[in-house]
Amino acid sequence: MEYLCLLGVLVIVVGFALGLDTVAVVVISALVSALVSGIDFVSFLRILGKGFIDNRMVSIFFLTLPTIGIIERHGLKKAAVNLINKIKNLTPGRIFDIYTAIREIAALFGISLQGQVQFIAPLINPMAQAAGKVNGELTELEVDQIKGRAAASENFGNFYAQNLFIGSSSVLLIASTMKSLGHPVETNSIVINTLPIAIICYLLCLGYNHIFDQKLKKAKVK
Amino acid sequence: MEAIINNFLLAFYIIIGLFFLAAAIESWRDQTNPARWGTGLFWLIFAALFALGQWLPSEVSGGLLLVIALLSLFKQVRVGHIKELSEKVASETVSRIGNWIFLPSILLAIIALVIAQFTKLGGQVGIGIAAVISLIVAMILTKSNIKVAYEDTQRMVRSVGSAGILPQLLATLGVVFTASGVGQATSKAISGLFPVGNHLLGVILYCVAMALFTAIMGNAFAAFAVITAGIGIPFVIAQGGSPVVVAALGMTAGYCGTLLTPMAANFNTLPVALMEMKDPLGVIKQQYPIALIMLLVHIILMYFLAF
Repeated sequence: MEYLCLLGVLVIVVGFALGLDTVAVVVISALVSALVSGIDFVSFLRILGKGFIDNRMVSIFFLTLPTIGIIERHGLKKAAVNLINKIKNLTPGRIFDIYTAIREIAALFGISLQGQVQFIAPLINPMAQAAGKVNGELTELEVDQIKGRAAASENFGNFYAQNLFIGSSSVLLIASTMKSLGHPVETNSIVINTLPIAIICYLLCLGYNHIFDQKLKKAKVK
Repeated sequence: MEAIINNFLLAFYIIIGLFFLAAAIESWRDQTNPARWGTGLFWLIFAALFALGQWLPSEVSGGLLLVIALLSLFKQVRVGHIKELSEKVASETVSRIGNWIFLPSILLAIIALVIAQFTKLGGQVGIGIAAVISLIVAMILTKSNIKVAYEDTQRMVRSVGSAGILPQLLATLGVVFTASGVGQATSKAISGLFPVGNHLLGVILYCVAMALFTAIMGNAFAAFAVITAGIGIPFVIAQGGSPVVVAALGMTAGYCGTLLTPMAANFNTLPVALMEMKDPLGVIKQQYPIALIMLLVHIILMYFLAF
């Protein structure tokens, strides 16, 4: 019954869909998939504990919180509002357009960023929030949507342009995997075949952000 | 080099452990929080896992995570009361230093970038060193003392809360999924259901399976080898599809799935915590229209370019 281990996947899908306590859902999902696939309880604890300790680098962003906290206390948002007010016609959508373009170009040159930690939370989101406020106060939902879109702008640029750099880990992984599967491919042809994806994605983002701006504007005019 | 990187990371984990200890102490001191003991314990356990994790037996770490899950399940973890920031301090500082307030953010970004790009220390160490330097600059710039830094550290950690630790927990879940054989089971289930031979069906199957499996595992890299071997090669390449087109587009088809899943914690869950968003799926909600259109684009491109 090797399909039983998919029960753990079911737990996580249902748990997230129902909005149950996320931390508990994740740990229970791990417990379920381990136990039904024949891993005993103590081994499960060992795998869980080791997995967590080995993945501590995922949480390295906590180190940036004191800096963000201090500049937030000292008027980061106010300064962002002042700055955006000086530049005419800068909307959240246009800020996202510019950011995603920079992100894709950076990817082309092999510059890898941890954009969410380095740029989105400390810089792009406060600017977009300020730009959104130019036409009037934002609702709580709109504030959340701008945050979400800011994070999305980073992910779009990062994912679809990542393979534009010949030395990126994903291109190397594709090449080595295809070689071991018996269908070797050239790294530079991977890059060429990725180009249309990066361009189409950017064009879609332009339209998508434009609609976002229109919606925000409409809500304020009413 | 690797030893140096590991020493750096170890030092960073100990510092993060101290942050969590501060959050534990301040949670205990927060009399207004009905769950202050549970919340304090929650942060204390994380403090131990980060600062001492290197030396704890794995079974103990795993057991501590179960305690965390129980605390969270029984609603014993709450943010509690967090002091409002003073409007006055903000206006005063901004009128004094103006746009220099952005300097720490910009330094954070650039120093991390330079270290990742021009040294062999890597991105994680880059973030850590950049965080330390930008903190010192921020403290000098805003004339903040250690007390303010402590206050803001515990305030930020507590308000980010359990959402901040979720990315790492999800990464851990990925490890358990791998150990349980979730990968093979998924690939087998998909390839067992469909006939081989139709070009379009093969392309759709491969792209959708890449996205779906990536969404489940939260990681396109993990999906790529399994799904390409299980579906991409028999259903598309063996039918005459160009391997390079299939491989290149297959990986980015997987990224369509990354955009749709909370399992891709670094990308979709971390920003929720960092920006303290109300909706835990707020990032994914902004991403799904583009992700679905891009998946369709992948299918069309692969069908026409590969054959």
